Amino acid sequence: MPMIELKSLTKKYKDITAVDALTLSIEKGELFGLLGVNGAGKTTTIKMLSTLTSPTAGDALIDGKSVIKEPSKVKEMIAISPQETAVAENLTVEENLSMMAGIFSIKGEKAKEKVDDLIARFSLESVRKKRAKKLSGGYKRRLSIAMALISSPKVLFLDEPTLGLDVIARAEMWDVIRSIKRDLTIILTTHYLEEAEEMCDRLAVMKNGRLITVGTAESIKKETGEDDFEKAFINLIKEGTK
Amino acid sequence: MRTFTFLRRTAKEILLDPLTVLMGLGFPLVVLLLLTAIQRNIPVKMFELIELTPGISVFGLSFITLFSALLVSKDRTTSFLQRLFTTPLTASDYILGYTLPLIPISLLQSAVCYLAAVILGLEITVGIIWALLSVIVISLFFIALGLFFGSILTDKQVGGLCGALVTNLTAWLSGTWFDVSMVGGWFETIANILPFIHCVELQRALLKSDFDGIFPHLWFVLGYAALFMIAAVIVFTRKMKSD
Repeated sequence: MPMIELKSLTKKYKDITAVDALTLSIEKGELFGLLGVNGAGKTTTIKMLSTLTSPTAGDALIDGKSVIKEPSKVKEMIAISPQETAVAENLTVEENLSMMAGIFSIKGEKAKEKVDDLIARFSLESVRKKRAKKLSGGYKRRLSIAMALISSPKVLFLDEPTLGLDVIARAEMWDVIRSIKRDLTIILTTHYLEEAEEMCDRLAVMKNGRLITVGTAESIKKETGEDDFEKAFINLIKEGTK
Repeated sequence: MRTFTFLRRTAKEILLDPLTVLMGLGFPLVVLLLLTAIQRNIPVKMFELIELTPGISVFGLSFITLFSALLVSKDRTTSFLQRLFTTPLTASDYILGYTLPLIPISLLQSAVCYLAAVILGLEITVGIIWALLSVIVISLFFIALGLFFGSILTDKQVGGLCGALVTNLTAWLSGTWFDVSMVGGWFETIANILPFIHCVELQRALLKSDFDGIFPHLWFVLGYAALFMIAAVIVFTRKMKSD
């Protein structure tokens, strides 16, 4: 059984179809990239999969649970690191993580162990007592992802995880994502094509809410007859839907 | 545990914000000192501490609207709420988490105001306790107003609307600086329809231990608090689904 299954997932806002009958499967442990230009429907897809917005038609199953019929069970399995860093600015790194543990009813020694483990895994020890608003962009992103992992989710949604980071911070973030990849299924949206090619096991390209293609970076390059992934992506977007 | 965790976070976010100390405590105290100094030079009955202190206390509470609205709108615009909407927190966890910590903060704010008034010469009576207890009800109205605006506006809009409009409405239409009946006409009618004057009159009556004098002001304050709390819950839960 796939970890994530989209069945004609559709979202309409009045006359605009943001996501149009999206159907695809994502396997357990996969790092899956959603690509597309602005307005392609990537963020709306993530919002539907993470129960933040209801689909107009179709359904999506997370580990067999419907986002429409069983949203509370889905919530227990997922976590999101939104495009904005989404941290409590006046709280320290440690307090942000402890707060997330409390929200998931993780108590006492177990909560402390989780917080310590995430601080170590994400190299946050040096900023442990620092307030979130005083962190650099790279540290804030790391904290954001660490906060998402406190509940040990099965599925993690990363919306533009490296947006606005400098080259060094982005490379460090790639290492962070690679280190957590083996433990869970990740859906990632990004505008950086080299990042998608480098990191993702498979990719889906969307345009105007529709799925244009899905496959590995190599298969997409082969499909378009291009050696360069960026050129392959541009060809796909310019050609439109198949 | 979930509600308590979220509640603790709200308290920390507000208490660690310098704006809270500066605007919530400092500004009302400066006004109290200023008007008391004026009263000593040119005696005006309205500026006697027994009349003025409840007005300044309520004026200070208008900043609670700003704090709560800013917190909610910032949580929305920074996607912090989006993150939390994918957790097991429920709508009631959010409402309680945003509301409850602001009640003791309001009480503390008013207590500091009354302490300053006592230092300036306000007679210590049991009425001070009654007046402070009224802050619990009055603060509910100001907190609900903040939750309502914070749910529909951006943090920049909140700064303008709650930082300027609500504080000015509280100042001008509460009968603190001048007797609205002296202006009369539509101004007095509007002032009597809105809750601000009733918040002050309720607290003035309690400070004098005049329990008959709390009506109808108590009904106005309770009614507006309930109205805005219901509106805030409706708007917030709708936003949970649409943001």
